[in-house]
Amino acid sequence: MTDATRDEVCVVAVAECFRGDGERLCNPIGTIPMIGGRLARESFEPDLVMTDGFAMFAANPVPVGVADPEVVVESWNPYPQMFSVLWNGKRHVMMGASQMDPYGNQNFACIGDWHRPKAQLLGFRGAPGNTINHTTSYFIPNQTPKVFVEHVDVVCGVGYDRAAELGPVSSRFHDIRRVVTNLATFDFATPDHRMRLRSVHPGVTVEDVIQATGFELVIDDFDESRLPTDDELRLIREVLDPNDSRKAEVRG
Amino acid sequence: MIPDKRMTHDEVVAELADGMTIGIGGWASRRKPMSLVRAILGSDLKDLTIVSYGGPDIGLLCAAGKVRKAVYGFVSLDTIPLEPHFRIARQTGAVQAMELDEGMMLLGLQAAAWRLPFLPTRAGLGSDLLRVMPEILTVQSPYPGPDGGPGEELVAMPALELDAALIHMNRADQGGNGQFLGPDLYMDDLMAMAATRTFLSTERVVPTDQLSAEGSFHTLRISRLMVDGVVEAPNGAHFTECPPDYGRDEAFQKEYAATASSAELWEAFRQKYLAGDEADYQRAIGADR
Repeated sequence: MTDATRDEVCVVAVAECFRGDGERLCNPIGTIPMIGGRLARESFEPDLVMTDGFAMFAANPVPVGVADPEVVVESWNPYPQMFSVLWNGKRHVMMGASQMDPYGNQNFACIGDWHRPKAQLLGFRGAPGNTINHTTSYFIPNQTPKVFVEHVDVVCGVGYDRAAELGPVSSRFHDIRRVVTNLATFDFATPDHRMRLRSVHPGVTVEDVIQATGFELVIDDFDESRLPTDDELRLIREVLDPNDSRKAEVRG
Repeated sequence: MIPDKRMTHDEVVAELADGMTIGIGGWASRRKPMSLVRAILGSDLKDLTIVSYGGPDIGLLCAAGKVRKAVYGFVSLDTIPLEPHFRIARQTGAVQAMELDEGMMLLGLQAAAWRLPFLPTRAGLGSDLLRVMPEILTVQSPYPGPDGGPGEELVAMPALELDAALIHMNRADQGGNGQFLGPDLYMDDLMAMAATRTFLSTERVVPTDQLSAEGSFHTLRISRLMVDGVVEAPNGAHFTECPPDYGRDEAFQKEYAATASSAELWEAFRQKYLAGDEADYQRAIGADR
């Protein structure tokens, strides 16, 4: 029996997004995403390249929520270089989303009309360039029908319907791997790339997921999200997040 | 002989004019030329277009009513993800916006630096960026596509030409050879070359032959070719971080961010910190600490 909590299930679900990536820049943004990416590298995906959260590639498992952690620098990757890496394509980013639609179009720029927003949020940031140039996944710590919506207010990250409209040449590097939330995991492995339920986290029902979704999900075969192994739990709790920062992002 | 380009904050402001497009270096709440921003806050300048990987520079200038248009990929205080004064400016329609993908912004600055009308990129395709900013156009590659078909459609990111750029360096000599000692130059070199006139503030002006003692030659990325004026401004990036000289003043940043909740708080902040010149500001923040 394991005593893993929901936040730790989320960490493992994030880590699984990077399985098979090999020697690629694993660039998760956010607390649980960073722990998950680093967990993947410390366990089943050892060739991943990861940042220290700033301008360095760190060869060691840098803990989150720790002041001035030790960083073994393996390379220098300041912002101008980061854009070269991302346009070169050897990168898999995990971003957040204030809104997401059934085809994976993502918004975190603003709520309302872009010209006069009700709520200004992050802006386009790197979402348009990321999604059209390399693999992208998302982590959403608070799935509700206001986040999973039929139509997003502003498309920042490009979804599958938009990519299809661009045609096969312009969209040849577009790949939305997976969406992980506090309730479940999703992918787009359907004939028309509509979002599909992939797994529900232990303790969550399919009904819970449907209630927290503002559009019709594709639901056929799905699993229960796997629990962390004992070794993974040790890595999460003792090495990657010793101060339990992850618990502020996802509760339960 | 290295020319002497040293100036005062006021002399820099005197080189600026209403309606100018001004680029501001740094990134979010990191190594911003804040003393030069404060000098603009204390001036009569208005109707500015500010181009920035935005932080408190854009927030302060918006709060003070100096901005007609903001050009940015984001506006963030890092530890406070959304810049509260900028949010108000956007939500009340007080400023126009050109909201770019961060990489597109790099290309716009690079195009201006290289005196090109645009640079092509895939970034932006399929997103709403092109829908809400129809002034950004696409271009068809003149070369065959990867499938042997017609050339692919790309975003033509227009050059972001700047009338002036403001950047802050850890060290510089009197001629404007600038040195960054922290982990990231950001796009400061592109800003400097995209601008007609570039003004560099620095923690310390040192003799040219001392620069190599401060850091390796790799840190000497701003040459005097790109710089028109040098302002010595110790603690000039406050309250943003300027490593290794100092970190971000998080307590002060919180105090600043909280002033977005009411006009009275903002006015009190302005009176307390921004009513005088840079020396007054440094005294005011020193008195608290």
